[in-house]
Amino acid sequence: MKYTAKRIGMLLITMVLVSLLTFVAFSLVSGDPAQTKLGVEATPEALAALRHEWGLDRPLIVRYISWLGGFFTGDLGVSYRYGSPVWSLVAPKLGLTLLMCLMSFLLIVVISIPLGVWSHRWVGGAFDWVHTAFNQLCMAVPPFFTGILLSYAFGILLRVFVPGESIDLGAHLARSLRHLFFAAVCVAIPRIAMTVRMMRATVVGEMNKAYVRTAISRGNDRHGVLWGHVLKNSLVATVTFLGQTMAEIIGGSIVVEQVFGVPGLGSFLVSSINTRDYPVVQTIVVILAFWVVLAGTLADLIDRAIDPRLRLGGTK
Amino acid sequence: MKRKVIASLLALALILAALAGCAGKTTPTASSSDLNAAEKTGRAAANELVVGIAQDFDSLDPDHMTAAGTKEVLFNVFEGLVKPTSAGDIVPAVASAVEKSADGLSYVFTLREGVKFHNGNAVTMDDVVYSIERRRNGEDAAAKLAPLDIISGLEPSADGKTLTVTLSEPSNEFLAYIMNAYILPADYADQETAPVGTGPYKFVSRAVQDNLVLERFADYWGQGGSLDKVTFKILESAEGLVLGLQSGALDLVAHLTTTQTKQLNAADFKVEQGSMNLVQALYLNNAVAPFDDVRVRQALCYAISKQQIIDLAFDGYGIPLGTSMFPSFGKYYDESLTDYYTYDTDRAKELLTEAGYPDGFDMTITVPSNYQPHVDTAEAIKMQLETVGINVTILPVEWGAWLEDVYGGRQFESTITGLTSDNMTARKLLERFGSQQSNNFTNYNNADYDAILAKAVSAADDAEQTELYRQLEKNLTENAANVYIQDMADLVAVRTGVEGLTFYPLYVLDVSLLRWA
Amino acid sequence: MKKKLNGYLLAGLIITGLLLALTILGTFWTPHSPTAQSGLKFEAPSAAHLLGTDKLGRDIFSRVLRGMGTTLSIAVATVLIGAVAGTLIGAVTGYFGGAVDDVLMRLNDAITAFPSILLALVVISILGPQSKINLVLALGLVFIPSFARVTRTAFAGLRDMNYITSARLMGASSGRILALHMLPNTLRVLLPALTIGFNNAVLAEASMSFLRITPLETSLGYMLSESQGMFASAPWYALAAGITIVLQVFGVGLIGEGLQRLNGGDA
Repeated sequence: MKYTAKRIGMLLITMVLVSLLTFVAFSLVSGDPAQTKLGVEATPEALAALRHEWGLDRPLIVRYISWLGGFFTGDLGVSYRYGSPVWSLVAPKLGLTLLMCLMSFLLIVVISIPLGVWSHRWVGGAFDWVHTAFNQLCMAVPPFFTGILLSYAFGILLRVFVPGESIDLGAHLARSLRHLFFAAVCVAIPRIAMTVRMMRATVVGEMNKAYVRTAISRGNDRHGVLWGHVLKNSLVATVTFLGQTMAEIIGGSIVVEQVFGVPGLGSFLVSSINTRDYPVVQTIVVILAFWVVLAGTLADLIDRAIDPRLRLGGTK
Repeated sequence: MKRKVIASLLALALILAALAGCAGKTTPTASSSDLNAAEKTGRAAANELVVGIAQDFDSLDPDHMTAAGTKEVLFNVFEGLVKPTSAGDIVPAVASAVEKSADGLSYVFTLREGVKFHNGNAVTMDDVVYSIERRRNGEDAAAKLAPLDIISGLEPSADGKTLTVTLSEPSNEFLAYIMNAYILPADYADQETAPVGTGPYKFVSRAVQDNLVLERFADYWGQGGSLDKVTFKILESAEGLVLGLQSGALDLVAHLTTTQTKQLNAADFKVEQGSMNLVQALYLNNAVAPFDDVRVRQALCYAISKQQIIDLAFDGYGIPLGTSMFPSFGKYYDESLTDYYTYDTDRAKELLTEAGYPDGFDMTITVPSNYQPHVDTAEAIKMQLETVGINVTILPVEWGAWLEDVYGGRQFESTITGLTSDNMTARKLLERFGSQQSNNFTNYNNADYDAILAKAVSAADDAEQTELYRQLEKNLTENAANVYIQDMADLVAVRTGVEGLTFYPLYVLDVSLLRWA
Repeated sequence: MKKKLNGYLLAGLIITGLLLALTILGTFWTPHSPTAQSGLKFEAPSAAHLLGTDKLGRDIFSRVLRGMGTTLSIAVATVLIGAVAGTLIGAVTGYFGGAVDDVLMRLNDAITAFPSILLALVVISILGPQSKINLVLALGLVFIPSFARVTRTAFAGLRDMNYITSARLMGASSGRILALHMLPNTLRVLLPALTIGFNNAVLAEASMSFLRITPLETSLGYMLSESQGMFASAPWYALAAGITIVLQVFGVGLIGEGLQRLNGGDA
């Protein structure tokens, strides 16, 4: 319990640090949001008035503290560019990106865990190299390249989904999910390969341990030992790895969003940076960072729940 | 060993099954054309249309919008007292009649009866006065339209049916400017998020960076639109737009390149060709070295072949230009300037040597990355300039950044873009090169030019004004203010079955004329 | 057994070697100019144009040759920055521990919490996207944390080894211990990190130019991006650029696999 509290504390510190870094970073970026908003022909008075309205004339630290206060009271501010509350703009995009990432994550888990466990059998075999090479190949394929190929094959030739269509989960759920599914596949492929590789190494390592050899030599079913003991003992490493994967697919999704025309967080962030829409940028960065840190923390906590040794081990 | 192979085959089958499972849900179709037809009839039956556009809207408040792409769409939502026609005339809109006094110093607008806003309220004289004042008085700096400064008085009649506008000096272009004073409900604060106008289409919804939905306005005063619903889908990559057309997601996309239209199935789309009515040029920042030297600018003009660019990147579609004016402007357009600089790399090298750059130099062309034609032009120019030793770096930037850094901040060496006249006046295309103009992003600074411009703007006599405008054009060419390239062809892909696409001498897409056959 | 394991290394070296040879060739000589028109538009692959021509009639094979160099040089420079700075930070924090360790590692965590492309984007918008150097700096910064983490663990593990302790007792300076005694022993973890880092850098550079955030160089990512819209009339363009990226990463990946197996680890 104490550990959980400590992890959550660390999570919070990281988040505060991330948001502070973003604040500082954007105070270094050239460009004035008021100028962007009012256009080239704006008078200096109008610019000054708008800067005052947005609070940009206050010192950095005051702005940061007031933002932090707003954040904890659920007020994320108003977008400079669109004049609407940030949350109302970000929420639908967050939904799409999260859905896509979750689909991708699900694919990774469902495909790579059985494959990873299975694959230990190839070790040392004649086809080991085929498997290893194929694995390396999958890791080498950039998601956007897969995206181009899949868009053309499944979008234009086979017409399974409609590239370029607005994704509207409310109006046509099945179509939208199919659209997101293909995007998720592109993100998942290299990650599946990495997870399989990692699983394989862990399982092989585990299979060579004394308790497994003993169990098998005592006449236990090899299959049973594999799926029972070995898998359980490989879980810690797997969960840690999946935690990292969870964090990294959200980064990979940005380019894929572009290929599939998914109006997600990634493209919104890029354009908000370019138009100096800081309230939006700040919110998205914090959401993404939260996602990354949360994935790590969760993986850590789950690991400790699975493996009692970690709880005894204490500090590290 | 066999088991391992089988296991791997099983795994592969699993993946394929997952994919096939998804595929199974759609109706199986034989060819792409078939399904295109199905998509089409679906939307045709619902009387809807999806138009693909390349950029998000900079503002939904018509008095705040600056991007041509925004004006192009919101043209359907907002109107002024008068509005443009596809023939290039200005006709009454929210006003039913306009009368100009003999001395040109006053205009009387009669308010049209029965004009309603999209929110159902009738348009009153208060709304009209409010709307003009908003563009004129500068209380809202972003809404200010400087040429309306010549208005010296607004007098509504006692019965609220006519409005007399008096001017401090006569202007041949007054109607063209008052056209952009869109009639909005007085003191309505939510234009930015829920715009209300009087046009044939009304705003329904907007998803930022995704789409804008318009619906036919049933109470429109005139001949309204035919389509019930028009969705503008934003796809910021040029590739995405083509893919969207191919997949059936989009019905109409304008401003395509020939490379893009070639990707389309001829049975599904017809490609209509109009003119973009813009001046595409390699715009040079006249204030930075080496472009502050007229010899360098002239050298670029000699080293760049407009026709070669048009042939190479645009398959020959496009009208070469030599100055900041295009043929739609008729009498204002001086065609002889087009060939002022003939393609001559030797002459270019001579000029570069004179200017102190015998071995050329490095330069950067900043291009808005979502406009493929400009990117293609930049690549063609890069190829040409290499032959005179000029090494070009092409820097693509997002549209918002382009507006901010290049157009607003003037932080650039050179850029490729197309400048339009959003109110059908020749003045709009020339005025911006006056050294004191706030939108003179190229920093062109020429005393002669400023002097002629001042005379031209206030000239009351049409023939004199025309002559002065032509002198301005000549000045820009002789001093090689920029490397003028072309008035681009506007290639519009329209799904078979959609009719009524009409080209304007303005950068607008009038969806009220579109219909399913 | 041993022979089979070296197969990966061999295959990886062959692929990478061939690509490297082509890259070097492409830097000095290409069959046609990669940036000038040399044929009609969209010619199909032929003897004159091995991979056909693009929308401006440029030879795709020449462009791919030149693009490999751009992508490779950016990737290598990025990894170098990441590895050198990361190892320095890792060494200092791992060896000394304490408050420096805490502060730097918290910062490390915070930077890692930004997804990598986003971090690069932010850095580029601070530095301005005007040059290749800014891109390399931005990507390099993104790669520092992972190297720092890997080397920190290795240095921390070595810190209490007997031979280090004795070196310290003999009066060796910290710098000397770090550079001479510890660094060589961390190579085992550093090498795989380098190959993985290289792969990530190639993909990151390709992603950045795919999103058109960087100058339009003849880079593989940019070519892939522009070829997307021409897939119907010139599929070979997208395939050529895409497969080249895959091979670049694949080759180095195999080398990494081979090295790891030589070092005794299985996978």
